[in-house]
Amino acid sequence: MLRLESVTKRFGNFTAVDDLSLSVDEGTMYGFLGANGAGKTTTFRMILGLLNANEGQITWSNSPIQSTASSDIGYLPEERGLYPKMKVEEQLIFLGQLRGMSRSSAKNELKKWLERMEISHYAGKKVEELSKGNQQKIQVIASLLHRPRLLILDEPFSGLDPVNVELLKNAIIEFRNDGATIVFSSHRMDHVEELCEQLSIIHHGKQIVNGTLRDVKRSFGKQNVRIHSDYDLSALEKVAGVGSVQRSIEGAVFQVESEDVAETLLMEALKAGPIRHYAIEEPSLQDIFIEKVGKQYA
Amino acid sequence: MREFMIIFRQAFITKAKSKSFIITTIIMVAALFLFANISKLTGTFKSITGGGDEAAVIQVIDQSGRLFEPFKQQFEANESEITIEKSDQTEQTLAERVEAEEIDGFLTLTLNQTNMIHANYTSKSMLDYMYPMMIQDALQSVQTALKAEELSLSGEQVSTLFAPIQFDQHAVSSSAKSQEELNQARGLVYVLMFLIYFAVIMYASMIATEVATEKSSRVMEILISSVSPVKHMFAKVAGIGTLGLLQMIIIGAAGFTAFKMAASDLTEGFFSAFGFNDMNVGTLFYAIVFFLLGYFLYATLAALLGSLVSRTEDVQQMILPMTLLIVAAFLIAVTGLGNPEMTYLKVASFVPFFAPLVMFLRVGMLDLPVWEPVLSIGIMLLTILVLGTFGARIYRGGVLMYGPSRSLKDVKKAIQLGKE
Repeated sequence: MLRLESVTKRFGNFTAVDDLSLSVDEGTMYGFLGANGAGKTTTFRMILGLLNANEGQITWSNSPIQSTASSDIGYLPEERGLYPKMKVEEQLIFLGQLRGMSRSSAKNELKKWLERMEISHYAGKKVEELSKGNQQKIQVIASLLHRPRLLILDEPFSGLDPVNVELLKNAIIEFRNDGATIVFSSHRMDHVEELCEQLSIIHHGKQIVNGTLRDVKRSFGKQNVRIHSDYDLSALEKVAGVGSVQRSIEGAVFQVESEDVAETLLMEALKAGPIRHYAIEEPSLQDIFIEKVGKQYA
Repeated sequence: MREFMIIFRQAFITKAKSKSFIITTIIMVAALFLFANISKLTGTFKSITGGGDEAAVIQVIDQSGRLFEPFKQQFEANESEITIEKSDQTEQTLAERVEAEEIDGFLTLTLNQTNMIHANYTSKSMLDYMYPMMIQDALQSVQTALKAEELSLSGEQVSTLFAPIQFDQHAVSSSAKSQEELNQARGLVYVLMFLIYFAVIMYASMIATEVATEKSSRVMEILISSVSPVKHMFAKVAGIGTLGLLQMIIIGAAGFTAFKMAASDLTEGFFSAFGFNDMNVGTLFYAIVFFLLGYFLYATLAALLGSLVSRTEDVQQMILPMTLLIVAAFLIAVTGLGNPEMTYLKVASFVPFFAPLVMFLRVGMLDLPVWEPVLSIGIMLLTILVLGTFGARIYRGGVLMYGPSRSLKDVKKAIQLGKE
C-alpha cells in the first residue's frame, strides 16, 4: 500500500504541493488529475524519492521509499526519457538491469513485450529513428519490464493512437489484477473514469477533490438531464435549480441540483411538445473537473 | 555496487563501440605511423619525382676584386647547395633578374679602408633566412682569413684563437639528469604533456555533454529514480575515464610500435632528441598518474557543470571557464619547458587545477625530492574529494532543474534543490 500523509512541498516561497493525503491499495489504480503545473510531477518525484517532502510522510508497504526499492518501482516520466542514440534492445536491457533484472531475463522479457506491443522489428533501431508513438511504447515497456509492484505513470497515454491506448490499457489492467499498485496522471478524464477506483483532482498544489469515483460523483451534488426534443426547450433554462445548459442539435443537456428539478424539467418539456429522449445522467469527470478547476481560474 | 557497474559499463561500452571513438582512434594511430615513417616517405617521394631541390644560384658583384675567390672556396669546401657565380652586371639588372626568378639573389661585396667586409644581399623576399645565414658565415670566415693574413698569423695560430674551452658539467645528486638526458626528457615530457592536456580537455567535455544529453532526453529522471545521483555521477566519470585510459594506451602502444619499427633511420638526429629511443619508465608512470588525476579533477567539475544546463547546446558555454583553466595550465607548463626551475612553476605545481600538467613537467624534467610530487598528488586527491562531494550536491539538484539555466549562478539553486 502506498500512503501519503499530509505531504507538503515548498520551493522557496512557492508551495508546489499543499497538504496532500492519499492511500492506494494493492491491486487498485489511483487517478491523478490536474491542470498543467498543478503539482502532479512534483508529487511523483516525491514518491520516487527524488525530492524530499518538507512536511508529511510517504510510505510504501509501511516503510519510507529508498532507492533500494527501485526494482519494485516502475516509472514512466511525462516526457520521453530514453537515450536517443541507443538501440531499443540495448536500452531496454540497460534500464531493466538498473531495476535489478539479470541480462538474460531482461532480454527474454523485452522480446515478449516488443511482440505484445507489435514493435518487434524495431529492436535493432535507434530510439531517435522511431515515431513519437513508438517511442512512447518503448518508454512504457521500460517502466513495466521488471514487473514492478508500484507503478507511477505520468501521462502514459499521451501521443498514442486509440488502438495503442487499448493495448496499453490492457497491459496496465493486467498488472493491476496481478496485485500491483498503480498511480497515474492524465488529462484524459475518460481514461481515469474507466480505470481508476480512486482519484484526486489537484489544483495549485491543493487537493480539491479526493475519493472513490462514486463518492466524487455523488458529492458533486449535480446531475445531468439530457432531453431530445423537436420543440423549443429554451423555456426550460429558466427553471429554478438548473445550472449550466449545453445545447445540442437534438436537444440540450441541463445540469440540475436535485432529482426534483429533473422531474420539473420533464413536465416543462412535455408542455412544449412530445420528447424523443429523456435521461438522468451522472456527471462526467470532465464536468466535475471543469467546474472545480475552471471556477478557480475565473 | 551493482548499479555502479551497470552504469559504468553502459558509459564505457556504448562510447567504445561508437563510430566516432573508433574512427578518431584509428586516425590518431594512422597519424602516428605516418609521422614515424615521414622521412622514408619523403625519401620515396623524392625518388619518384626525381632528384631533390635545385641548387640556389646567387650572383656576386665583387667590387674589391679580392673577395670572390675565397668566398666561393668557402662554399665549395662546405659542399653547399648554393651555387656562387661571379657577375659583372649592374645591381639594377640583377634586381630585375631576381624579380623574374632567374636567380635566387645577389650579393654586393666591398672592402673598406680597414679591410672590413661590407656585404649587401638582395633576394626576392625577406622570408628567405637560410641563405643569408650561410652567406654570413662564409663571409665571416673570409674576413677572419683576411685579418689573419694582415696580422701575419699562421693557420695554427688562428685555430688556437678559436679553440673552444673544455667545459664539463657535474651534478652532485646521483639521480640528477645530465644535459643530454634533460634534452631527451624535454621531448618526452612535451609529447606526454600534450597528450594529457588533449585527453583531459576532450574527455572532460565529453562528460559534460553526456550529462547534458541525459538531462535533455529526460532519461536522467529514470536513471536517478533507480540509482542515487551521486553513484550515477561517479560511475559515469569512471566509465568515461576508463575509455580515455584505453585510448591513451592504444595510442601509446601504437606510437611505441611505430617508432620502434621505424627506428633504424630515426635513432639518429631529430628523434633521439625527443628521447623516444630511451623511454624513461618513471616519466611514463607519472604521465599515467597525472593523466588520471587531471582527468578526475576536471571530469567531476565537468559533470557538475553539465548537470546545470538543460540543453546540449549550452554545454560548451557552461564549461568554457573550465576549458580556459586547462588551457592556462598547459600554457604555464609549456613556458616552463625551457626552464623548469622557475619559481612560478613551483607554485603552480601545487595549485590543484594546474598541477596535473605543471607538476608532471617538473617531475619529468627535474630531480625533485619525493615529497613534492607526493604532496601535489595529495592536494589533487583532496580537491577531487571536495569537488566530488560538493559536485554531488549540485548534481543532485542540477539534474532535476530545467529551464534556461546557463550561468554559474544556478549553482546555488541546484544545491538548494539537491537538499530538498
